[in-house]
Amino acid sequence: MTVAAARCVSSNDVCFVGIGLPSAACNLARLTHAPEITLIYESGTIGARPTVLPLSIGDGELCETALTTVSVPEFFRYWLQSGRITIGFLGAAQIDRFANINTTVVGDYRQPKVRLPGGGGAPEMAARCQRIFIVMPQTRRAFVERLDFLTSVGHGEGGTSRERLGMTPIGPAKVITDLCVMEPDPRTRELTVTSLHPGITRDQVIAATGWPVQFAAELVETLAPSEAELAVLRRLRLDTENAHKPKEPA
Amino acid sequence: MSVFCSLRQAIEDAVHDGDTVAMEGFTHLIPFAAAHEVIRQRRSDLTLVRMTPDLIYDQMIGAGCAAKLVFSWGGNPGVGSLHRLRDAVEHGWPRPIDLEEYSHAAMANAYDAGAANLPFAAFRGSPGDLARVNPNYRQVVCPFTGDTLTAVPAMRADVAIVHAQRADRAGNVLLEGIIGVQKEAVLSAARSVVTVEEVVDTFDGAPPNACILPHWAIGAIAVVPGGAFPSYAYGYYQRNNAFYLAWDEISRDRATFTAWVDEHIKQAGPEAFARRVSRVA
Repeated sequence: MTVAAARCVSSNDVCFVGIGLPSAACNLARLTHAPEITLIYESGTIGARPTVLPLSIGDGELCETALTTVSVPEFFRYWLQSGRITIGFLGAAQIDRFANINTTVVGDYRQPKVRLPGGGGAPEMAARCQRIFIVMPQTRRAFVERLDFLTSVGHGEGGTSRERLGMTPIGPAKVITDLCVMEPDPRTRELTVTSLHPGITRDQVIAATGWPVQFAAELVETLAPSEAELAVLRRLRLDTENAHKPKEPA
Repeated sequence: MSVFCSLRQAIEDAVHDGDTVAMEGFTHLIPFAAAHEVIRQRRSDLTLVRMTPDLIYDQMIGAGCAAKLVFSWGGNPGVGSLHRLRDAVEHGWPRPIDLEEYSHAAMANAYDAGAANLPFAAFRGSPGDLARVNPNYRQVVCPFTGDTLTAVPAMRADVAIVHAQRADRAGNVLLEGIIGVQKEAVLSAARSVVTVEEVVDTFDGAPPNACILPHWAIGAIAVVPGGAFPSYAYGYYQRNNAFYLAWDEISRDRATFTAWVDEHIKQAGPEAFARRVSRVA
């Protein structure tokens, strides 16, 4: 999943990076095929080049390695809202067939089953990055017919929704899961499976999707991760784990 | 005009029961020492405003200080849930809490509008269901282009509290590194308290575009070395990621949390923060 996500970006991209899998994917890309990629974290660190993966979006490592650090209002207004960021990565607790996502609450908003962190930077990121990649494990509980809460609008109600809402035209371009890659249908904008990961069957994808999922006519197999990619990823994770350990017994 | 005083005095003077309090610092320079002082002084019915409630508001919510939370992302960064916030929202412990929820862009714009003395902020983007649960989300139409924009009211707290690297003897305050929305928070609030790592004679030699809050734009300054622990102060000490991970266990259980608050907040003072960071520097 991380490797497939890393392959979506190039050295020419300006990437809005969230913590967790997106950060791992973008830094993997930077350390392999996209050395000149610009990584921006919402703490305002522009052009960060961390040696280990940060635990939070505002770790000191990001600021120390960044080209410059701007205030949070400047980040959201001048850099994100302006449309200068080419790619944004998002994760979610729930996603629907039009790549709208929920990171707010499972159950009712006032009487939640599970209260999640909320929108953070995601709603405007989904609206204003040129392209969005959504990365999340695929299960029937996450890929739902109807979201409990619409945190960030992807393709809205499909079709020309984004245009009507004044959002950047492309929006969610890929959903990368542990089973497959989905892309929006060019006309309806409904997510369609375009690539199955090695060894994964259609039935597995159908079983893990809460709506009658569509498959592209020309379904391909996702290229397996290379040894080189896996080696860099393992090294990055190991260095990160060591860096975040307590310095002495608590 | 800024006044140097003890943290206890600063909080006593600036923070009252029922106030709207904005304690900012975006993962960096989080004013933990000041929050602990608010807990020690048993302030209650506060409306707590902060983009990322983080551990600082998890502690204040669990300690019963808050009637309402205004926020845009309520998690333990990189770790998971804020268990005290969730317990208050899901079970009303130690008291029920009202939520006024935004996105980051909405709150950053709202602070900016407050600092600029505008009544509201306008920005691009669709708020989704946030507009359904938060009536402060409205729409405005640009009188020039006809574009429909999302609008939220300006943020104007009764008191803003921030932590900074240093003050000079004249009471000016300098922040560097990730500066978040601290400047906007201070300039949009009626009163302000700033805790600093140290006091220096002058800011001579600071870069000409350094982020400096002039002494006539801030209220009280208290010197609290280590006052941002377990977050960090760029140039002084690093973020204690291990504590953020440990908080997940400490905060999960009401009794463990209460015992932690007793030992590390109620029976401690601001001077404890210098020891905490010296252990990890």
